[in-house]
Amino acid sequence: MRLELKGLTKKFGSFTADDDIDLVVEPGQIHAILGENGAGKSTLMNMLYGILTPTSGEILIDGEPVSFAGPRDAIAAGIGMVHQHFKLVGPFSVADNVQLGREHTRGLGVLSAKAARKAVVDVSEQYGLALDPDAVCEDLPVGVQQRVEIVKALSGPKTELLILDEPTAVLTPAEITELLQIMRNLAEAGTSILFISHKLKEVQAVADTVTVIRRGKVVAELEPTASEAEMASAMVGRAVSLQVDKTPAETGEARLEVKDLTVVSAAGVKVLDGLDLTVHSGEIVGLAGVEGNGQTELARSILGLVKPDSGYIAVDGQDVHGRSPARRIADGLGYIPEDRGRDGLVSEFSVAENLVLNQYKDEPFSKRGVVNSGAVRKRASDSIAEFDIRTQSPDEPVSSLSGGNQQKVIIAREFSRPRRFLVAAQPTRGVDVGATEFIHSRLVAERDTGTGVLLISSELDEIYALADRIAVIYNGRIVGEVDPGTPRGVIGRLMVGASAEDTPSPTTDSDEPADDEEANGGDR
Amino acid sequence: MSDSTATTEAPAEQPSTDQESKPNFARLFGRYLTEANSVMVTIYSLLLAFLIGGVLLIVSDEYVRSTWSYFFSRPQDALLGSWYLIRDSYLSLFEGAILNLNTLDRFAAGDAGVGDLLRPLSETLTYATPLIFTGLAVGIAFKAGLFNIGAQGQMIFGILGALIVGFALDLPIWIHLPLAVLAGAAAGGLFGAVPGLLKATTGAHEVISSIMLNNIAALFLVWAIGTDFLHSELSTQLVTKGVDESATLPTLLSSLNETLRVNAGLLIGIAAAVFTWWLLSKSTFGFRIRSVGFNENASQTAGMHIGRTYTTTMAVSGAIAGLAGAALSLGVFSTGVTTSTPLQYGFDGITVALLGRANPGGIVAAALLFGALKAGALSAQPDVPVDISTLLQAIIVLFIAAPALVKAILHLRTPRGGLVTLEAKGW
Repeated sequence: MRLELKGLTKKFGSFTADDDIDLVVEPGQIHAILGENGAGKSTLMNMLYGILTPTSGEILIDGEPVSFAGPRDAIAAGIGMVHQHFKLVGPFSVADNVQLGREHTRGLGVLSAKAARKAVVDVSEQYGLALDPDAVCEDLPVGVQQRVEIVKALSGPKTELLILDEPTAVLTPAEITELLQIMRNLAEAGTSILFISHKLKEVQAVADTVTVIRRGKVVAELEPTASEAEMASAMVGRAVSLQVDKTPAETGEARLEVKDLTVVSAAGVKVLDGLDLTVHSGEIVGLAGVEGNGQTELARSILGLVKPDSGYIAVDGQDVHGRSPARRIADGLGYIPEDRGRDGLVSEFSVAENLVLNQYKDEPFSKRGVVNSGAVRKRASDSIAEFDIRTQSPDEPVSSLSGGNQQKVIIAREFSRPRRFLVAAQPTRGVDVGATEFIHSRLVAERDTGTGVLLISSELDEIYALADRIAVIYNGRIVGEVDPGTPRGVIGRLMVGASAEDTPSPTTDSDEPADDEEANGGDR
Repeated sequence: MSDSTATTEAPAEQPSTDQESKPNFARLFGRYLTEANSVMVTIYSLLLAFLIGGVLLIVSDEYVRSTWSYFFSRPQDALLGSWYLIRDSYLSLFEGAILNLNTLDRFAAGDAGVGDLLRPLSETLTYATPLIFTGLAVGIAFKAGLFNIGAQGQMIFGILGALIVGFALDLPIWIHLPLAVLAGAAAGGLFGAVPGLLKATTGAHEVISSIMLNNIAALFLVWAIGTDFLHSELSTQLVTKGVDESATLPTLLSSLNETLRVNAGLLIGIAAAVFTWWLLSKSTFGFRIRSVGFNENASQTAGMHIGRTYTTTMAVSGAIAGLAGAALSLGVFSTGVTTSTPLQYGFDGITVALLGRANPGGIVAAALLFGALKAGALSAQPDVPVDISTLLQAIIVLFIAAPALVKAILHLRTPRGGLVTLEAKGW
């Protein structure tokens, strides 16, 4: 299928989300769409998939103009979409999920399990996507769930164009390699692919052509041979330094000591299993690992939200056992939660209120139980200036800010009070390149003042960019501590439970990775 | 959500933005009126409720109903009959709640005093007083994401606490009255803290536990009135002793006319509303209540103690409900409390809080409205069925709780940011 967009525009009131977008996807081509959050990528895809109606402009399929009243029309025209957040019914089998919405029946509404199973097997065999049609979706690893989504998208009546929206966000390095291979195979078989991403390495690895969108406009058409810096600056609109400038760490005394930490979940599973970890002042320790291997519980134990079943945690040389989170925060523990919408911000609160969320009880923000709104506002305007938080006013609800600016609110809150140790969990998740650059430089500056930093990230790029030392977590324990010069492959293997000394095995590319942890660790 | 709102709005908006770019006041106002924002939904809910109430008045009146059976031969009978019925019914509600036109005539002729003129208003305020407290109690719990259905029970304990201090102690008025009021608040607060504590420690849902505690309180009241300690020595009826003169809330307007019952409880209610507003918007406690109510997880991560917040919020909520009890047993029922003293004020407080959108100012307004409905209905019976007031309240709250319904009936626009539905978390 040859897809062409001509002058596609979408306006929401006075706001133009997409402005005069021209784009051509040739048959069998992998076309990457690069752009920051809010650049208009999702709006564009939603128009293509019939979820939104364009304000003006045309969509042409093989030269014929088409208009979609809904996803059904798009599917009928041969477009399949894999959403960033999977749309699977957890307790249903693979076959049932694939036939969802177009069930195979034997007439009169009686389901035909046989036909459904056969449909899955047919598509899997045609494209070489191994799937067990009878497996229950929620039991599958994230990478396999995504494969179910792909098969579902491909099993439309004549799917020839596949839209993949940020497909690698939730995958392990091995799963990513595998996905990229699947994409290549599909393209070779003649399927066109629209690949939406902001991960430059993957785009370079797989795309045939790259279109960069900024503020709703196409700003560049690049070859995949373009350098990362070139792509990044096209996305952001200015030169971006992807390299974080930092001097070697000057480490001091231990700021975090975790010894033999064990946490048993309500389900009786050991989510942390005798974990040992030390972070010194003046260093950033990167905790690499596939999500769901105990990172969340480790961070929450350090803050005091999870009570360890055994083991010992000392922050700044003091055993924190029995201390409330409020006390630990007051003692200088900084905490950037991994899920800012859930744990970091009260979205209905104003920017100003969120900036003092864990300090509202302290002077000068309140005295004898009365909030001093003047001091709160003063802090807000200071932070907004210092951290370049883009907001109309300190009184705007924080939910009206973009993801990157919301994250800056959290960073500003944690960095505007005395701190000795910082836990930064996924500090740049869902944050655009510009804000990522800013947050990274602040984390390094923080380290240079002598704070110990534990960086928990599922993005290896981020770990490599920032960490002075890398610890790999797997199944609730640290399975290796390496220096940042270690090749990716070694860390990638540690992340799925193989030992660092294993010879690189080509099987990891085709076999399912052996991660048996809850596969839903990646949803957010 | 915001995405879909934007899509539905976009086509409607486009022509107008093209025609004129600068918004003028009349256009903005017109836009506001046709938008399903919370103020307009409240106003439309009231109008719709009175409309539906009118239909039900027609249906429930035997004579007018019969005129509709020969509508096609003499339509004027049915139409005029219905019109007069609705007009007279709502007029007598108005006269019972706000201003009696007959009395006004007599007042103009010099046959009635200001006191007579104020009688309907005094009744409205009397019935509104306990509702202000119970509405505030439910409202403050709403802000913390808690659904305090137990205001009824907390109020009953407030009645008893104030009553006991009111008759058992012998003190001068300047200390006796405040002490009795505080005793009501303390009793309600302690009883209110129970479901909060249960939720904090065991995770028991406050709705379930506070409903059960309501039953315990109601039955406890029946038993307590019968005990020798509380039972009136002067009566064989199920009625308690009256409180001392020094613990009675002074009436505000009795100097104008003996029958004007409105008392100082109203002033305490307004003070409680101001205090609640201050607490929620200016104090660190209120900051914590709102934060926990909006996002428990982020509050916990910021170091707030969720369980403690639940318990203290429920205690404060219960204390305010307890004040409703104190206002009853030291006010209108200062000569003795019966099993019917609490009426349904605690449950009505839920609807008051919903109508007032859990904001203190709105709650006072809603309590006045419900007080007026109650006073009007009581004074208009038997000409107007007394149930009409309950019915109107029910319909109003039904619409308030379902803004999408009002929006659909009247074809209103979706406001920026979507429809506002008040809800307690955890359901």
